[in-house]
Amino acid sequence: MSKAISKVKLQWVDVGPLDAIPIRGARVVKSAVGCIAVFRTAENQAFALLDKCPHKGGPLSQGIVHDTGVTCPLHNWVINLQTGAALGADEGQTASFNLKIEKGRILLDAAQINSKVAA
Amino acid sequence: MTKQKLVVIGNGMAPGRVLDRLFEAAPGAYDVTIFNAEPRVNYDRIMLSPVLSGEKSFEQIVIHGDGWYIKNGVTLYKGATVTGIDRAARTVTTARGEVASYDKLIVATGSLPIIIPVPGHTLAGVLTYRDLDDVQAMLIAAKSRGKAVVIGGGLLGLEAAVGLKEQGMDVTVLHLMPTLMERQLDTAAGHLLQRAIEERGIRVITKANTKEILGAKRVEAVILEDGTRLHADLVIMAVGIKPNAALGKIAGLEVGRGIKVDAGMATSDPDIYAVGECAEAHGQTFGLVAPLYEMANVIAARLAGDQAAEFTPSATATKLKVTGINLFSAGDFAEAKDREEIVLRDAARGIYKRLVLKDNRLIGAVFYGDTADGAWFFDLIKKGTDVTALRDTLIFGPSFAGGTPLDPTAAVAALPDEAEICGCNGVCKSKITTAITSLSLKSLDDVRAHTKASASCGSCTGLVEQLIKVTLGDAYNPAAVQPMCGCTGLGHDDVRRLIVARSIKTIPDVMQVLEWKTSCGCAKCRPALNYYLLATWPGDYKDDNQSRYINERVHANIQKDGTYSVVPRMWGGMTSVKELRAIADVVEKFNIPAVKCTGGQRIDMLGVKKEDLPAVWSDLNKAGMVSGAAYAKGLRTVKTCVGTDWCRFGTQDSTGLGIKLEKFLWGSWTPAKLKLAVSGCPRNCAEATCKDIGVICVDSGYDIHFGGAAGLDIKGTEVLGHVGTEDEAIEVIAALTQLYREQGRYLERIYKWMKRVGVKTVQQQIMDDVPRRKALYERFVFSQKFSQSDPWAERVKGKDAHEFGALADLTLEAAE
Repeated sequence: MSKAISKVKLQWVDVGPLDAIPIRGARVVKSAVGCIAVFRTAENQAFALLDKCPHKGGPLSQGIVHDTGVTCPLHNWVINLQTGAALGADEGQTASFNLKIEKGRILLDAAQINSKVAA
Repeated sequence: MTKQKLVVIGNGMAPGRVLDRLFEAAPGAYDVTIFNAEPRVNYDRIMLSPVLSGEKSFEQIVIHGDGWYIKNGVTLYKGATVTGIDRAARTVTTARGEVASYDKLIVATGSLPIIIPVPGHTLAGVLTYRDLDDVQAMLIAAKSRGKAVVIGGGLLGLEAAVGLKEQGMDVTVLHLMPTLMERQLDTAAGHLLQRAIEERGIRVITKANTKEILGAKRVEAVILEDGTRLHADLVIMAVGIKPNAALGKIAGLEVGRGIKVDAGMATSDPDIYAVGECAEAHGQTFGLVAPLYEMANVIAARLAGDQAAEFTPSATATKLKVTGINLFSAGDFAEAKDREEIVLRDAARGIYKRLVLKDNRLIGAVFYGDTADGAWFFDLIKKGTDVTALRDTLIFGPSFAGGTPLDPTAAVAALPDEAEICGCNGVCKSKITTAITSLSLKSLDDVRAHTKASASCGSCTGLVEQLIKVTLGDAYNPAAVQPMCGCTGLGHDDVRRLIVARSIKTIPDVMQVLEWKTSCGCAKCRPALNYYLLATWPGDYKDDNQSRYINERVHANIQKDGTYSVVPRMWGGMTSVKELRAIADVVEKFNIPAVKCTGGQRIDMLGVKKEDLPAVWSDLNKAGMVSGAAYAKGLRTVKTCVGTDWCRFGTQDSTGLGIKLEKFLWGSWTPAKLKLAVSGCPRNCAEATCKDIGVICVDSGYDIHFGGAAGLDIKGTEVLGHVGTEDEAIEVIAALTQLYREQGRYLERIYKWMKRVGVKTVQQQIMDDVPRRKALYERFVFSQKFSQSDPWAERVKGKDAHEFGALADLTLEAAE
C-alpha cells in the first residue's frame, strides 16, 4: 500500500520482489540514509521504516511483526508500521519511507532514500 | 473391641461418597474392603465426556487416588468381580476365588448400558458409553478419523457425539424420538439444541429406528427401518441404562427394577444396603448424581449410628456438559391440565426459558442459552415456594423478580443459605460462604480444595466465583486467571488445554477457534502459541519462524548494537585443543571484537555481524562444534565439576553424567530456558543447587534436585528424589523435563512452575508413579526425534538464507 504522495513525478527504486520477504517478517535495504527495514504483513501489505527504534536504536527489522505493528527485539517497544510512531505508553517516532508495489516488486521513493535526511 | 467388617461391592461415585461421609462421621469404626470389577480407583464418571473430548486426563478425574485407600486403611481389590453373596455365612466370593466376610455389606453394582438387540449388535466396533474402558476404546477408534454413528440422542449420546467429533470423526446421531433429550427438554428447547449440535458439524437424524448393523468382521454400516444406509466405522449405543441388580437377585434379595431398599437404604436383608444406580427406592431408580449422593449420605449416617436418617427423592436438575452449549432443566415439566406455563423466547439470541407452575408453585424449569439463574429457580422448585408475589417478573430471574438492579452477583446474593450450588458434590451456599470466612479462602482453587464445590463437572464455576465475590467483596481478585495477553481473555492453561482438546495444529487455527481479538496476535502470544503447538504435536507441527523471537529465529543472541553473539556447545563444559584453535581462528578471521567465558562453562564470541553468522558457524561446524542454544527457551548448559576423573573427593563420574545428559537433552524446547548442573560430591563445585535441575552425586548414587534460581530471584533447589544409577537419573530428569514442558506456561521458569503446582505433586508424578514417569520419558524421547538437528549446520546449508542477507544494497549502486 503506498502513501499519498504530493509530488507529481516520482523516481522509484526497485529493491526486490515482495516474495523475498517472509510473511509477517522484514528485510533490510542498505541505503545512503542508513538501513531501511521493509516489512511484509499477514495481509501482504508492505511498509518501510528506518531500521532504528526511536527508543535505543534497536533494529526493527529483527522484531516480530503483528497486524500493522512490529515489536522491537531490544526492549519490546511496539512501532506502528504505517507511521513509525511508538504505540501504547511509549513516545517516539522513527522515519517512514514511501513505498509501492508494482507487479510484485517493491519500489522505494528514490528522492527519500538519496536525501541526507530521511522523510 | 473388634472392629465391624464393612464390605463394599462396587467402587463408583456413590459408594465412594458413603465412605467419605462415614470416615468423617465415625472414623475408624469399620474395617473396609472394596471389590471393584474395574481395574482402577474411584473416579468421577460424570467427567468421562471431557476425557473423551480430550479436555481432561484420567488423572484429573480421579476422586480417590491410591493414597486415599492407604490413608483410610481400606483394602481395595481391583478388577475383582463379586459373583456370589452367602447371606447365611455372611461372606462374598469373587470370580477369582477371593472370599471376604462381612458384618455389613453395601451393594453398589451400578447399572449396565442397554444394548438394542438388533442384528449385528455384537460386531467389533459396536461400543457402549459407560466407563473408562469404553472411552479408551473410543479414543483408539477415533484415531482412524472415520465415521461414527451414535445411537441415542440423550445426555450421554450427545456428549459422546461431541467428544468423537472433537477427536476428528465424522459423526451422525440417531434418535428414536422426534426431538433430542426429550426426557429432560421440551420440544422447543430440543430443537434449539439440535440446531446447536448440527452447527458443530454433527448430523442429527430424529425419528430414526435402527434396524440392523452390518459388517463382515467389524461394523461397516447401520441400516434404518426406512432403508437409509449409514456408513460407520464405529457405533456407540447410548440409549440408556438399566440397574444392575443381578447380584441382588442371586443373593435372594427382593428385586424389582433394581434392588429394593427401604427409606434407610437397607435391602430386604437388614445387614445389606444397596446404593446408587442399582438401588430401587420408593419404587424409583436413579441415574443422576445428586440423588445418588443423598442415598450415600443416608447409608453413611446409618452405619455411623444415626438410625433416623432417611432418603427422600427430591427434584433433580440436569446440565449438558458440552462446552459452549448452555442447557439446564429441573423438576417436572410435562404438560398437563392443572399446570401453567411462563415462556420467554429470544430466538435471535438463541435463548429459551420455560417455567412450569402448579398451584402457584414452581415445579419445573427448562433453560436454553442463558442458564445463569438455574440455581435460583431450582431452589424455588425444591422448596415449593409460593411464587404468587413474584409471578409477574418471575421469568426474568432474581435480578428482576424483586426489582433489584441488574447485577450478576445479586442473583447469588439472593440465594438462601441452603441453596445447592454444586449439584455434583452436594455443596450448599452456606457451606461455601462459611468455608471462605472461617478458613480465609481467597481463590476458586481454595474453595474447590476445601469444599469440593465446582471440583467435578465445573458447570457451577461461575456461581462459585460470584459467591466468593459476594463474600469477600473487593478483597476478591478474580483475575486469578491472567489472560495470555491483550489478544485474548484466556489464560495460558486454558489455551493449552483447548489446543489439545480441539486438536488445533496451527497458530491461525488457534486464533480462529479461540476467537482471538487481534488479526494475527502479538509478540507475547505468538511465541507462546508456537511453543505450545510444538510441544503438543511433536513431528506434526511446523515451527513458525516468524512467531519466534529473533534469537531463536537466527540461532544467535542479539546485542544492543544489533550484532550477535555466538556460543558453541562444550559438552559438560569440556573442550579440546581442536575446539579452542577453531574458536581462535574464527575470532581472528571475522574480526570478532570480544571473547568471554560464560557462567555455563563455555565460550562466547560477541559482536558478530549478522551476515557473517553462517560463515562463522560453518568454520565451527568443521571443528565438530554445534550450536550451544545459548539463545533458546530450551536446554542451555549442563555444568559439571571434574568428579572422579580428577577430584580426590569425587564420588561419581559427574562430568560423564553431565555430558550424557547434555547429549540426551540438547535441542529440546522448554517453556523457558533450562540450565542443569552435576556436582560430583556434596561440596557442590558445579553449583547444582541453584540450577533448574541439579544432580548431587553421593556414594550411594544421585540426589536429584530441581527448581533452583540464581537470577532475578535467588532460591535453593528442592530435592526431587534419590536414584541409584546413571540410567535412572537420566530417566528421572527427562521425565521431569517433559512434565515441565507439558505443564509450564511459556516463559515460566521451572522454579515458578514448581511453586505453582507444588513440589509434592511433582514428586508424586515423577518419583512415586513409575508408570507415569515412564510415559513422560517416552514422550520426551519421541519429541527429541524431531529436535536434535544442529540449526547452525542447517543454515550453513542455506536454510532461511533471507535472514542473513540484505534485500538490496543501494549503497553499492550509488558507488558504481
